[in-house]
Amino acid sequence: MRYAMAIDTKKCVGCADCVVACQTENNVPHGYCRDWIVENVEGTYPSLDMKFQSERCNHCENAPCVRCCPTGASHIAEGGIVLVTHNDCIGCGACVEACPYDARYMHPEGYVDKCTFCIQRVDKGENPACVDVCPTYCLHFGDLDDPNSNVSKALKDRSWYVLAPEAGTEPQLYFLR
Amino acid sequence: MKEELIVSGKHLPDIYPVLHLWHWEISLYLFLGGLAGGILFFAAYFYITGKEKEMPTTVKWATIIAPLALAIGLSSLLYDLHHKLYFWRLFTTVRFTSPMSWGAWTLMIIFPLSLIWIGTYMKEMFPNWNWKFKFLNDFEALAIKYRLSIAWLMMALSIILAVYTGILLSAFNARPLWNTSILGPLFLVSGFSTGLAAIMWLSNDEHERKVLSRIDIFFILTELFLIVHLFMGFMAGTAVKLEAFHLFMGGAFTISFWVFVVLLGLVFPVTLEILELKGFHIPKWVPPLLILFGGLMFRFVMVDAGQITRFLY
Repeated sequence: MRYAMAIDTKKCVGCADCVVACQTENNVPHGYCRDWIVENVEGTYPSLDMKFQSERCNHCENAPCVRCCPTGASHIAEGGIVLVTHNDCIGCGACVEACPYDARYMHPEGYVDKCTFCIQRVDKGENPACVDVCPTYCLHFGDLDDPNSNVSKALKDRSWYVLAPEAGTEPQLYFLR
Repeated sequence: MKEELIVSGKHLPDIYPVLHLWHWEISLYLFLGGLAGGILFFAAYFYITGKEKEMPTTVKWATIIAPLALAIGLSSLLYDLHHKLYFWRLFTTVRFTSPMSWGAWTLMIIFPLSLIWIGTYMKEMFPNWNWKFKFLNDFEALAIKYRLSIAWLMMALSIILAVYTGILLSAFNARPLWNTSILGPLFLVSGFSTGLAAIMWLSNDEHERKVLSRIDIFFILTELFLIVHLFMGFMAGTAVKLEAFHLFMGGAFTISFWVFVVLLGLVFPVTLEILELKGFHIPKWVPPLLILFGGLMFRFVMVDAGQITRFLY
């Protein structure tokens, strides 16, 4: 069981519905966000190419945040979802320093928080909030080990890239070109 | 061109636009940890090599600084925690992949050990000292009997204490400035040098200060070599390492590093120490003050600059 997400950069319009849906679903404190939109522009004028990336925690297989956590609060749950046990977290910030994607933040209540792939929804067989709310259907979520899942089908015939592969984290967020 | 902009707003405090989660609390602790490690290492080393009578300040008096430094450092760390009431969670588990966990456990053992060490010498340092309770007198006798074992343990733990402060930072591969294995040895040598400086400042014995001075010259020269090596590594590294390199070569940290840390904190004091060995009269407090200042500045610069370096955006 390996949960992953594919983001179709050709379909993402940067509307940030995923950002707001996540904040609503997960009671994210005002002013904080668990996911965000990056506008990626490459090329030389006039041959410019623009992509929108809906980014969040990559739930890395080789998660540096889990490796650096001194209490084990940061751990990998079933399906590869990286979670933080709030009452084990001492708020030292090591995991925040360790994340190359700057996906984690210090919750005002003192523990570290981040995208959880909406585990409370996934456990009920639903998709994360951002995936369900996307108006262009550009987010695909599912089990990579299942060839019939949405994410496996999305990855099959498209070229994709991941963010900062040189960081060695083996991220599970795939951006479709 | 390649431009990446966060367009949805990611105004995470301390994270955006540049990571700045760790402040002076961490820098201060790294300095005090290295200082305590250095003091305790040399106390144990000179005891084990039988030089207790020759090096009284090193083996006895200066060790009083160690628990004080650790207490201030640990308070600083506790103050930095965002979930303070849960700090004890550090001690309900041992995580071998987390240098912070090694540090927590090392401190847990070395802090009482340093107090026991001082305890065994209380009657020698303060002749009228009276423990008042029988169990304390018995414990003192036991500790004195096993002082050699305590010394070996203290030597090993003090090395871990000083080196882990660097390994801790180097474990964060997301911060290219820190992610180099040289940082561990560099912080170790720097910490030991600050320990020697503190002991030299306290000591009134000419011979003792000469011995420590010779060792400190060696450590400072090693530190300078490691710093050169560090920058050579950045120069020969990937794009993110080159960016880290430029922070110190014309970037925001150029002056604070090369003037305050290297020139004032290393080159100038080592020159003074060499001159002192050659017979020139140097005021006792000048080289140690500069070394301690340089050590503190070094940690401040590394913690602040490291959080600026990044992989993305």
